[in-house]
Amino acid sequence: MAFAHAGTATASKPGRAGMRIPYLLLLPGLLWLLLFFVLPLINLAETSTKTPIAGGETGAYEQTFRLQNYVDAFSENSAQFSRSFIYALLATVLALAISYPLAYAIAFKSGKYKNILLVLVIAPFFTSFLLRTIAWKQILGEEGPVISILRTFHLIGADTSITATALAVITGMTYNFLPFMTLPIYASLERIDPRLMEASGDLYANGLTTFRRVTFPLSMPGVVAGTLLTFIPAAGDYVNAQILGNPTTKMIGNVIDSRFFRIVDYPTAAALSFTLMAAILILITVYIRRAGTDELI
Amino acid sequence: MTRWLSKNLIRIYAALAFIYLFIPVAYTMAFSFNDSGKRNLIWQGFTFKNWLNPCGAPEVCTALGNSIKIGFLATLFSTILGTMIAFALGRYSFRGRNTTNLLIFLPMATPEIVLGASLLAMFLNLGINPGFWTTVIAHVMFCISFVVVTVKARIASLDPKLEEAARDLYATEWQTFRRVTLPLVAPGIAAAALLAFSLSFDDFIITNFNSGTVNTFPKFVWVSSARGVPAQANVIGSAMFLIALAIVISAQIYSSAKARRLQKKH
Amino acid sequence: MANHPDAAKTGDLKLSSITKSFGDFLAVDDLDLVIPKGSFFALLGPSGCGKTTTLRMIAGLEEPTSGKIYLGDTDLTDTKSYRRPVNTVFQNYALFPHLTIFENVAFGLRRRGIKEVKESVEKVLALVELAHLRDRKPTQLSGGQQQRIAVARAIVNRPALLLLDEPLGALDLKLRRQMQIELKWIQTEVGITFVHVTHDQEEAMTMADTIAVMNEGRIEQLGSPADLYENPKTAFVANFLGQSNFIKGTVESTSGADQFVNLQGTRIAIPAARNSSTHKSLLVGIRPEKFRIHNVGDATTGNKLEGGVVTDISFVGVSTQYQVEMPWKQELMIFEQNDGGAPNLRKGDAVTLSWEPHFTFALDGDEDVKSGLAGVDGE
Repeated sequence: MAFAHAGTATASKPGRAGMRIPYLLLLPGLLWLLLFFVLPLINLAETSTKTPIAGGETGAYEQTFRLQNYVDAFSENSAQFSRSFIYALLATVLALAISYPLAYAIAFKSGKYKNILLVLVIAPFFTSFLLRTIAWKQILGEEGPVISILRTFHLIGADTSITATALAVITGMTYNFLPFMTLPIYASLERIDPRLMEASGDLYANGLTTFRRVTFPLSMPGVVAGTLLTFIPAAGDYVNAQILGNPTTKMIGNVIDSRFFRIVDYPTAAALSFTLMAAILILITVYIRRAGTDELI
Repeated sequence: MTRWLSKNLIRIYAALAFIYLFIPVAYTMAFSFNDSGKRNLIWQGFTFKNWLNPCGAPEVCTALGNSIKIGFLATLFSTILGTMIAFALGRYSFRGRNTTNLLIFLPMATPEIVLGASLLAMFLNLGINPGFWTTVIAHVMFCISFVVVTVKARIASLDPKLEEAARDLYATEWQTFRRVTLPLVAPGIAAAALLAFSLSFDDFIITNFNSGTVNTFPKFVWVSSARGVPAQANVIGSAMFLIALAIVISAQIYSSAKARRLQKKH
Repeated sequence: MANHPDAAKTGDLKLSSITKSFGDFLAVDDLDLVIPKGSFFALLGPSGCGKTTTLRMIAGLEEPTSGKIYLGDTDLTDTKSYRRPVNTVFQNYALFPHLTIFENVAFGLRRRGIKEVKESVEKVLALVELAHLRDRKPTQLSGGQQQRIAVARAIVNRPALLLLDEPLGALDLKLRRQMQIELKWIQTEVGITFVHVTHDQEEAMTMADTIAVMNEGRIEQLGSPADLYENPKTAFVANFLGQSNFIKGTVESTSGADQFVNLQGTRIAIPAARNSSTHKSLLVGIRPEKFRIHNVGDATTGNKLEGGVVTDISFVGVSTQYQVEMPWKQELMIFEQNDGGAPNLRKGDAVTLSWEPHFTFALDGDEDVKSGLAGVDGE
């Protein structure tokens, strides 16, 4: 692709007007991101080291460059932090386990129904995700069908419930981010030349070996993209924990939300936001390096 | 039997995955026909009355209207801005390319709650009251990156020879763009716009931070979820689902019918 | 022709000291070339030899680093691609996938604001015999049909110059042969100068009246197909166009139009005009089909080499190919027509080889005999 750029760039005359065009195209969009993404982050960084004005009203803070805010924020909420990452990791692994075979089946086993099945993967998206999450709550809930079936057959005790548990939260997250996992994996499986798999079979690899040595490595870019697109929103999510969880399943998103809106503790909310973002960015960088898919960015 | 099973294992697995995907959708749809009172939690009996009066619940249609307005504006702006960036990245070499790529990637790698919280903190610092326009601003911000990625992929898959052919056939730079590049990239732009609209329409976290007292459909659902979501919300969710499905499927049928017609003609 | 904005700018195409470099890589190196008006001209060479870059500079899709391009007396060097009376048939055709066949062909005419689009398009579609496909999209056409549409889309503009970039590369062998004849016919029909880039020597020889063999950004030799084949001036040209046997020799004497060469101990004659070297030590080239093979002791005419032993025989239908090991341990390749002229031979038989002196060519002794070999099969 780099070559294509070079080719077209030399073809269009690099005159003064030609040099300006890409910058003119970039300007409005990047300005928008600068004003409403970068600047808020800088402002957030600045907020994160503030302290309450002594004797001031709630929500009044002054800049004291107190880095201890970060230590406090983290140590007070380390349980929610680790829960966020564990839940997000579990949801990502589960989503991968469900999505990969699904994407594989659509890419290689669906024949002429391929397009329709793809539409069906995206279709649930169009029903509001909150409605679907609430639906899960009711399906898994005390008055819902799952519990009554399980109780009828005495598979669970009368006092065991599914809703308001960590299991429900993880189920909900897995469910909500499933298409984000399926679509990139499908896209990279789709691109694989089926002759490569035939060649592997021709070279004495059985089905499993072919998958392990040829298909899966070639679908890695899709797996990496899918896991990132699932993990990132899952780690910052608080909707599933709020609707499907209980007070002991609170994630870091819930803490940030309540610090912001209920307690009006902006510095802590800011410090938590930054810690979360930094942790995710570090994880992503390590992950992308390890997976050898640097070109993704 | 075992052979059949092992041969079709993956199909069965996929079928189960689809069932998992559609259970809540089916549930939401079913309960749109529930003859419930305010609390739409337990099945009370079948009725069409929610469908005949989707605005029956207070606020629900105002919220829906806001969501559509915000979605439309966010789609319009983010598609224009994102497409411009995608063309710059896909068709020109320039200094600052890596920085631009990073700036596009970062919003996608940032949890929504951080995006929402930081933007609200800035608005509050500047003394701006969050409302309709701050929501639009926020939505455009997080949609741009997705538009860039979608359109850029389409541009990258274009054969540069087609544009060369146009120039060779007496098309000026503008005509080449207008007659060849743009029509060929258009499906990518349309897909990006669709994506932007659905992201905007369905967004809750960022909206919740930046919309102040303006109600949107997801916010309406969230607030009412504590007491039980009215069946009218299920009607709207189901209708959105059916409309989108109808659009996609009829587009599919149209294009395959067109292909068949052309094939038959000769 | 009258409608063309540049109708006046016709004449020979002249490239004058054209150089093109991409960073450190010199793609085209100080190239001078005249392509006469109305000719079918081929640029032949292995991939990376600079032929496509040369073509793209003529089309205006690439700017020369230095040098000038003239069409007749007009300097085209700084003229934008869309203002040049030059059209291209692209490799893999580059047909616009979103436009019908009719609109693809009409594209250039519409951009130039020409009125009688319908007439011209229909005429050219009739010429390539695809008028019935006018409403289809390019993806619904076969490779051969797409190829013809690509040609039609270019020639409908009546350019002064038609550039063809490996136009037949994507077609199978049979179709390629057929299209070669068809393109040649179209060229005579429309009388436009064709510049054809290819790595396929057979294709170049079949179609072009003049071939320029390119190697590493320079022209190795320019001439008619027969001229290049019979009298190559470098080992690269000899190897790139067909096969050759090279035997080391030294010039002994010259008398009039003939030169006498000591070829590994045997004295042979060659026409002085066929020796492109001034050195004493030579590489003497003989094409495999020019050799005649004899039983030892049979009568021969022309030059003669004795003491050969047949090491391999392969029958290929129209001819039989022999490998003969000579006393100086070199294997020579001999092709004999299966017309009963050659003796019945088996592996291990002793043979004598002969050939007519005017089928010999001679190169500098320090030429690399392997030069150009890789390019024969490689893309």
